[in-house]
Amino acid sequence: MTQIPDIRNSAAAQARATAGPGPQVPVIAPGYSFATVTDKISAIVLTRKTGLGWWFGFGIAFLLVNVLMISVAYLLAVGTGVWGVNVPVGWGFAIINFVWWIGIGHAGTLISAILLLFKQSWRTSINRFAEAMTLFAVACAALFPILHTGRPWLAIYWLFPYPNTMNVWPQFRSPLIWDVFAVSTYATVSLLFWFVGLIPDLATLRDRSESRVGRVIYGALAMGWRGSAHHWHRYETAYLLLAGLATPLVVSVHTIVSFDFAVSVIPGWHATIFPPYFVAGAIYSGFAMVLTLAIPIRKIYGLEDFITERHLNNMAKILLVTGLIVAYGYMIEAFMAWYSANTYEIYMMRNRMTGPYGPFYLALILCNGVMPQLLWIKKIRTNVLFLFIISLIVNVGMWLERFVIVVTSLHRDFLPSSWGRYSPTVWDWGLYVGTIGLFLALLFLFLRFLPMISIFEMRTLVPDAERRALPQVDSEGTR
Amino acid sequence: MKPSGRPSVYGLMAEFETAQGLVEAARRAHKEGYRKMDAYSPVPIEELHDALHMHDERLPKMVMIGGILGGLGGYGLQYWVSTMAYPLNVGGRPLHSWPMFIPVTFETTILAAALTAVLGMLALNGLPQPFHPVFNVPRFALASRNRFFLCIEARDPKFNVERTRTFLESLGSREVTTVED
Repeated sequence: MTQIPDIRNSAAAQARATAGPGPQVPVIAPGYSFATVTDKISAIVLTRKTGLGWWFGFGIAFLLVNVLMISVAYLLAVGTGVWGVNVPVGWGFAIINFVWWIGIGHAGTLISAILLLFKQSWRTSINRFAEAMTLFAVACAALFPILHTGRPWLAIYWLFPYPNTMNVWPQFRSPLIWDVFAVSTYATVSLLFWFVGLIPDLATLRDRSESRVGRVIYGALAMGWRGSAHHWHRYETAYLLLAGLATPLVVSVHTIVSFDFAVSVIPGWHATIFPPYFVAGAIYSGFAMVLTLAIPIRKIYGLEDFITERHLNNMAKILLVTGLIVAYGYMIEAFMAWYSANTYEIYMMRNRMTGPYGPFYLALILCNGVMPQLLWIKKIRTNVLFLFIISLIVNVGMWLERFVIVVTSLHRDFLPSSWGRYSPTVWDWGLYVGTIGLFLALLFLFLRFLPMISIFEMRTLVPDAERRALPQVDSEGTR
Repeated sequence: MKPSGRPSVYGLMAEFETAQGLVEAARRAHKEGYRKMDAYSPVPIEELHDALHMHDERLPKMVMIGGILGGLGGYGLQYWVSTMAYPLNVGGRPLHSWPMFIPVTFETTILAAALTAVLGMLALNGLPQPFHPVFNVPRFALASRNRFFLCIEARDPKFNVERTRTFLESLGSREVTTVED
């Protein structure tokens, strides 16, 4: 008899094993039952009054969305010339921000898929909003290359293979086309994963909503979910399969993003270290963003019982590990430039460190290489304020990393006669700040209208689920 | 249509306060000979798979097939585009440059498999299904909160309103309700 193991229950079982009397902080505070977990999380959406803070935050985000709209409208009306990109730096903010956003998205998939496969039960209270973060980050990321095409509605024929009147097809040997497939697959699978996870919770909201509108909308989205054992059986199988599919996918996406650089012959880009170094960097920046979001959210919504110190501590450890991998990448880049004895590579590295953009490189090493070392200290890992500040620093550092990679390699390549400088214009900044606004606005809407923590998965963590959900009797013995 | 003008009955539903109680009841109902029944719970309960003897292994196979088709489709598309529909001679390099086709093949494999997993799960579960008789039971709203339900359906050959009700009541349920169709 083959059977898909019930991964959540076994993860919960493991949680109980480690959350026992030992020094470990539990993944859920004591004293909760199925009913109270359900009520507490669904109340945030259904009965909690929308506070002034929410309107204030959403208002600011919405203002920034307008900045985005104006920047996009002006760009489309006038052309990409309004940006700072030009020869020799043809990839400015557009690609920097694309890589930055898509990297941020990676933590969501890592938390929801990879940590599920590794049976890390602490993922349960953060996976829902981390996945939402993934979706919104990917949406922001996708805007940049699409807008970089200049006239996106004319670019479809060389991005997607479809029979067109010109009989022209995409060039499948180009990493940029791989990117189109990788990012669109990633966006689709992330959406599916997120939605499938939401179905049982949408049913809970449908059943608990007091208003007719709520019942109709949540009911339509829940698609008639009724928690049948037959449904759960296939649901668990599908969820596990999705996790297994999303795991190699998330690695492939940033690998392919790094191919955009590594497949070229530009000094500083043409390196085999790029795929692993990019994937680690993506997870690093993503976890930093999860912390940046989780710390205020748990405080504002009073979710310290569900997102405990243990979660913050674990995320800080992942931040430290991936930060070390990224730092190793920086060292190898410098070492390979020297070891290759290639004039252009050596010059690129020296220019990166001491050239016109030298201060950015220094700031990047400080933000990404030096500051995270503080996380070795447990007191800092469990200090919410320090952790929040470090997560912000890492977010900035990872943006600087993409800036340094894109700009320092392009602005001085092989021919000194074609050297130049790059500086973003106000429209570059408008678009960048605008996507941050879009990201935050979507996040605010998500927090208001959907359960930010997976209710049904939290039920499996409830300590008395041990007595109630997991009969200890031997299944053969009683038959 | 049921005879004698009575409202047609979908089944009988027993409510339990614990998962343990539900699993035990499902086991005993199966032993009693009932086959057409379903259990409803706010969390997935692995033990129910055994208790209700459900072994649906179709989904993993469907996903496997979906993934293979996605991979073949992705590779085939690139092969056809690069060698037949739009061959580009770049310095005499081979048209069928398979290593360059791997990334897209990989992505289409994952995409098709993931779509099959989700759509397959929904299709096998018969979702979306806007209405189901079990929703006629008012207390059934708690199935998505903290209560556990076992419903023996009227289409079960052994089903008999009185006897089945007595049986369900003997299982230590909190309440037994008639589910109207």
